[in-house]
Amino acid sequence: MNVWIAIGATALGCYAVKLLGLLVPAGVLERPLVQRLAALLPVALLAALTAQQTFAEGRALVPDARAAGLAAAAVALLLRAPFLVVVAAAVVVTAGLRALTG
Amino acid sequence: MYRSGSGKPDAAVVRDALGVGVAVGLSGFAFGVTSAGSGLNLLQTCALSLLVFTGASQFALVGALAAGGNPFTAAAGAFFLGVRNAFYGLRLSQLLALPRAVRPFAAQWVIDETTAVALAQPTRRSVRIGFTVTGLSLYVLWNLTTLLGAVGAQAIGDTRAWGLDAAGPAVFLALLAPMLRTATERAVAGAAVVLGLGLLPVLPAGVPVLAAALAAPVVLFLEGRRPAAAARGVQVDAPRRADGEQGGDR
Repeated sequence: MNVWIAIGATALGCYAVKLLGLLVPAGVLERPLVQRLAALLPVALLAALTAQQTFAEGRALVPDARAAGLAAAAVALLLRAPFLVVVAAAVVVTAGLRALTG
Repeated sequence: MYRSGSGKPDAAVVRDALGVGVAVGLSGFAFGVTSAGSGLNLLQTCALSLLVFTGASQFALVGALAAGGNPFTAAAGAFFLGVRNAFYGLRLSQLLALPRAVRPFAAQWVIDETTAVALAQPTRRSVRIGFTVTGLSLYVLWNLTTLLGAVGAQAIGDTRAWGLDAAGPAVFLALLAPMLRTATERAVAGAAVVLGLGLLPVLPAGVPVLAAALAAPVVLFLEGRRPAAAARGVQVDAPRRADGEQGGDR
């Protein structure tokens, strides 16, 4: 049930902000500070999520094979690899390391 | 706005749009697998792709639920990631010039990829074609591959053994990387990592991500107090500067 509540809330909220952008008069969100904050908010969220999902196990910090996978993804990004290749690099390296280390 | 001449051939716009739509649409597979690995069932996983349809928010939500976050904290993190779409919509509504009655239907497709393709087009016609073709191909494929990923994950069992728990963070990193253009963005990202990891052991699941979001206003505030800040290429300020540079879109 909790999962459905989360899905419903996310779906409603995400649709509402999409529609909001198409409906509001241009001037409202065009203030430089608002624009700047909107551009930086995903940077903060994505950085925190990347770090947490790489190093966290529940509420503890447990570095494991995922860190090597993420490093592989970073290398792929530096080499300008396509999106899918970046994700695949992380998955393959993580799985490989787990297979080797048991 | 218009390039010299009659703009871009429709076929070229469709080709660009399909390229993005297909490439990103296929990564719904990673979401399906991640969502199933996080403990969501098939219906829940597919509902997310159909109804939320903005990848980062979907990954964030299933990650937060898997970590044991309560539904509203988890949804809040996903929601804040989705807020950027409002700003895409704002820019798109000027370029697409859609009738009001059509906007509720177009809204679901207002995401990173459709915006990127649409903004790159030279004429209103090609903006509309680019937006529609990217949106349609991405929506159809993203949902199909979500289903395949979720079914596939159930079939292969332990997704960790296959390294599939690394797909989520890799997706986030791939989305984040192109945003790290200036020192400000890097400072925000660095502060958010410290906050997100540092607060993890002490706050309830899902809350540390929300706290890490505070890195954005804090860095912006500190930057605003520095006198040199205005000179350092805050893009939206560009059209106001007196040096005669025409603002344009970017």
